[in-house]
Amino acid sequence: MTELFYSGALVAVIATLLVIVQTNVVHALIYLVLSLLAVAVVFFSLGAPFVAILEAIVYAGAIMVLFLFVVMMLNLGQRSRDQEKEWLPARTWFVPSVLALLLLIQLVASIPTAGLNIEEIGARAVSELLFGPYVLAVELASFLLLAGLVSAYHIAKR
Amino acid sequence: MQWEVGSALNIASILVVVIVFAAMLIWVERRLLGFWQDRLGPNRVGPFGLLQVVADMIKIFTKEDWIPPFADRFGFVLAPTIIMIVILLSFSVVPFAPGVGIVDSNIGVLFVLAMASLGAYSVMLGGLSSDNKYALLGSLRAAAQMVSYEVFMGISLLGVVALTGSFDLREIVLAQEGGWFVVPQFIGFVIFLIAGVAESHRLPFDIPEAEQEICAGYHTEYSGMKFGMFFVGEYLGLVLISSLITVLFFGGWQGPLLPPLAWFFIKASCFIAFFILLRAAIPRPRYDQLMSYGWLFLLPLSLLNLLITGVVILSAN
Repeated sequence: MTELFYSGALVAVIATLLVIVQTNVVHALIYLVLSLLAVAVVFFSLGAPFVAILEAIVYAGAIMVLFLFVVMMLNLGQRSRDQEKEWLPARTWFVPSVLALLLLIQLVASIPTAGLNIEEIGARAVSELLFGPYVLAVELASFLLLAGLVSAYHIAKR
Repeated sequence: MQWEVGSALNIASILVVVIVFAAMLIWVERRLLGFWQDRLGPNRVGPFGLLQVVADMIKIFTKEDWIPPFADRFGFVLAPTIIMIVILLSFSVVPFAPGVGIVDSNIGVLFVLAMASLGAYSVMLGGLSSDNKYALLGSLRAAAQMVSYEVFMGISLLGVVALTGSFDLREIVLAQEGGWFVVPQFIGFVIFLIAGVAESHRLPFDIPEAEQEICAGYHTEYSGMKFGMFFVGEYLGLVLISSLITVLFFGGWQGPLLPPLAWFFIKASCFIAFFILLRAAIPRPRYDQLMSYGWLFLLPLSLLNLLITGVVILSAN
């Protein structure tokens, strides 16, 4: 499982970097999907298969499809690619890179040396938690989604 | 090596059988369509035209594999591979018979749904990177259709999952020893069937590639084996949906007298023939009819089915 974790994490990091540096929006989206799938693999290797598969269904399979759907409508051509290039010159990279490097050093320093105690949590355990102690939060989240749905419908109607 | 779930022999034979079977369906479909439409179909190459598939394959492999200069190469090459990969991956959780299967996952049903939702990228990228207006129209339609029907597909399965108490497809088959799930879950079965046709965008729901309206839809610019991958991918999707219906609603490999694999084959073949009959019998609906039919009719129906199933299970306990 450790190899699976590290390979998944590596793919996630590289794909996410490529999302940032791509100037073609569609390519960036494809790398974002890849990154989300890699995160799903990471979840899987940490003993959460249910969360992993939901990550793949909801984020990679539904939300990113809608992103791509919107990009299709926008008809972004060479102009947006040039604009992207203009927005991302080399000197913009300096400060974020230094900050990210500092974070990386902290992260490496704080990695626990002892192996993680991985315990698999299946669909049943997650559901028991969601409909047991956290039922109020689930209901509140569904209210929020319903409000979003109704307002989207209202805006589309006008 | 022996017949046990996940052995190398198992993986290799399932892969080969599934791909060869999907390729053979090109011939089966044309013969069956010919039969139902009162004409002959391909009957010249080999006995009963059986070698038609070989001829088609030789033709498709030797054709010029052309990438239009205006297309986005990255997406254009990536798109046809996605559909093949995700559908073949879905077969990994299908239990064909006792001991025959690639993996028994406790998230099997969800895995199939995840792969189905990733399959949408294939048609979307194919149309988008072709840089052709018909292709773009096709992939716009495909995106809306696949995202919508995924929802009903997922909800219609939940009744079966609730009755079994597991996402494991093998356990779902074993739970049907006393009776097939098609009886208590008939509405779920019908919705899954309709959503399955829409997901694999076969006629009558082949709106993303409707020839009479938008050329060939998302694969207008494709030729050679890249087109072939979309083509075989569609047949693979047909085999997958038929296998899933068999597993989820018709007791999988279970049946008297004949060996389990034979039963699986018979049941799945019946559904494949049914899907081909659908193509021969039903005209294509309009795009907006398809969407409103889904959201205004299938969604409430599938939710109601789930609700009633839940009530029945709770009161039985």
